[in-house]
Amino acid sequence: MNKHILGALAVSTALSPVMAMAQTEVQFWHAFTGRLGELVKAQVEEFNASQSEYVIVESHKGNYSETLNAGIAAFRAGEQPHILMVFEVGTATMMSAEGAIKPVHQVMAESGASFDPDAYIGSVKGYYTTTDGDMLSLPFNSSTPVLWVNRDAMQAAGVDPDTDLSTWEKVGDVLDQLKAGGEECPLVTAWQSWIHLENFSAYHDVPFASQDNGFAGLDTELMLNSPAQVAHLTAMGDWAKDGKFIYTGRRNEGGANFRAGECALFTESSAGYAGISSEAEFEFDVRPLPYWEALTAEPQNTIIGGASLWVMEGHEADEYKGVGEFLSFLSSANVQADWHQNTGYLPITAEAGVVTRDSGFYDSNPGTDIAVIQMTAKEPTANSKGLRLGSFDQIRGIIDEELEAVWSGDKTAQEAMDSAKERGDSLLRRFESANQ
Amino acid sequence: MEKRVTFRGWLLPLVLIAPQVIISAVFFFYPAAQAIWQSLFIPDPFGLSSQFVGLGNFEFLLSDKFYRASFLTTAIFSTLVTLCSMIPALFLAVIADRLIKGSGAYRTLLIWPYAVAPAVAGVLWLFMFNTRVGVISWYLSQLGYEWNHVLNGTEAMGLVVVASAWGRISYNFLFFFAALQSVPRSVIEAAAIDGAHFWRRFFTIVLPLLSPTAFFLLVVNVVYSFFETFGVIHTITGGGPQQATTILVYKVFSDGFVGQDLGSSSAQSVILLIVVGLLTVIQFKYVEKRVHY
Repeated sequence: MNKHILGALAVSTALSPVMAMAQTEVQFWHAFTGRLGELVKAQVEEFNASQSEYVIVESHKGNYSETLNAGIAAFRAGEQPHILMVFEVGTATMMSAEGAIKPVHQVMAESGASFDPDAYIGSVKGYYTTTDGDMLSLPFNSSTPVLWVNRDAMQAAGVDPDTDLSTWEKVGDVLDQLKAGGEECPLVTAWQSWIHLENFSAYHDVPFASQDNGFAGLDTELMLNSPAQVAHLTAMGDWAKDGKFIYTGRRNEGGANFRAGECALFTESSAGYAGISSEAEFEFDVRPLPYWEALTAEPQNTIIGGASLWVMEGHEADEYKGVGEFLSFLSSANVQADWHQNTGYLPITAEAGVVTRDSGFYDSNPGTDIAVIQMTAKEPTANSKGLRLGSFDQIRGIIDEELEAVWSGDKTAQEAMDSAKERGDSLLRRFESANQ
Repeated sequence: MEKRVTFRGWLLPLVLIAPQVIISAVFFFYPAAQAIWQSLFIPDPFGLSSQFVGLGNFEFLLSDKFYRASFLTTAIFSTLVTLCSMIPALFLAVIADRLIKGSGAYRTLLIWPYAVAPAVAGVLWLFMFNTRVGVISWYLSQLGYEWNHVLNGTEAMGLVVVASAWGRISYNFLFFFAALQSVPRSVIEAAAIDGAHFWRRFFTIVLPLLSPTAFFLLVVNVVYSFFETFGVIHTITGGGPQQATTILVYKVFSDGFVGQDLGSSSAQSVILLIVVGLLTVIQFKYVEKRVHY
């Protein structure tokens, strides 16, 4: 990996004196390593080879938080890149940074590159669009949580692997059976706040925060201590107490347990596909995220996680033209279809989904379209468009802490969520006063 | 009359202390002044606007019961790290000092852990105690003990203390070992002839003579546990479970560099500065009185 970067650096440094005459350089900072890093590099190379006016220079700047920090520090020093990858949690921070960012719809209009905001999937686009419908950043990698099933583990515990797992009620029964059948890790999860609170709320069409989850204004308050969320977390807490839900950590630590075949059920992003399909030595399948029948007759859509591309202020007009061309290239159906099929991330345009379906990918890889269906089956409501909260990275940290208190039995779900609301709200007020 | 060596002019002494003064100014006074200045504002992350709040950041912090709780966590953590790194170091130094042959080899081996960076040490310990693949957690489960520092705050605290103290034992060992070498043999031999056994000699003669070294190490280790243990916490627990291992310096990082809340982060640095300053003053004022030079 490092060798590749060094090689690319050496090549670009060697070539730049010659190319600088004709080509405009565009800096692109991202957070991907490993397989994803290679795929991003391939996209950039394809774009660079497809035209001779612009050259995109991609660089990896660490994980999501580190990349955002690098971008912010660079802006303060006047060295910001043209394109910065920012995870969905940083969306409100970027939106409020008027003067530091150049909205994508504006970049596209000025550059004259082809751009049709309606081509993007609503529930993906909604996250990064103003209430007036202007796209601020380009959705790049978006995933949504699904339920991964280890069929061999189900079989071993004497449970029919084809059992209906569409609702949490049914999952609850299956967890009992798995436990009785000797399974030591019936259920495990990644990204607990994202899946079991943020997506849970959207999926059951209940607000996570006031003011349309923060879309309608900075004076938003958390509403995650409502009966629906508390009911779910209470059930999860009981499962944790009985050893039916195993807590492994705040991030995606549980993925290692599941891929090693140690757990039966796993709630994780659809983008877990790349890792699971390459490592799992057991039969697995993908199911839609379960919902509570007691709370809703039919679930709403889930929301996304992942990152979008923000264009930073302070560069030359012809460079922005290059940015526009590149973003337009990234949104094209074939590029998106490849990305979707290789990574398990959602296609960001409806057309990329069609291309994938027509190619027969979903038929040969069953379950890979579940995330797409789950996201697009219903038109998003105010509760399921996404979340836009300031200091959200810290708020997630608070939620993680409070959830740990539920899993360890130190607090009831109600106490923990009341405390999370109180602590989170005080951060939201601070963010509001810092961005007035 | 006391004989003194003095400089004839002002220039040479100034030049001689200049490097130290410049380094302190650039790496300490300037950033500290910046932190104090920034702690009076709530800035936005990009530095586009900034709002003067006076002592608002401090008020916000001190009214937060979780922040206040992290003082206690820090106190427990620092005390444990200091004890766990000094006592074993002293013990090892005493044992190594008694060796006639091969003490060089022991010394070298005991110094090695100091070369391991805190973050790497954190990862090493994390692997050993990993709830899924850790060697030690596996042995513990064979003994019927389910190790789970991911949910158990006490175990998490124990783990970060051990990981932080481990590399530090080497450092302390070096100092204790050197100090032991300078204890006059004649005094010890005289005591031995008087019939004092080993531990009696240790507590009545050696330990008092070691007190300047022990005092120096106490100050240095407390400062270490306050500031440099960040890497260990970051790699092992990230401050969790709940807030069981969120020490003050870790919160400075997470609020400043994860949360982009530079105002609060600066205010926390200032508070930390004051706390460590006070601790050092207390140590010099009260503990040093018991030190015999």
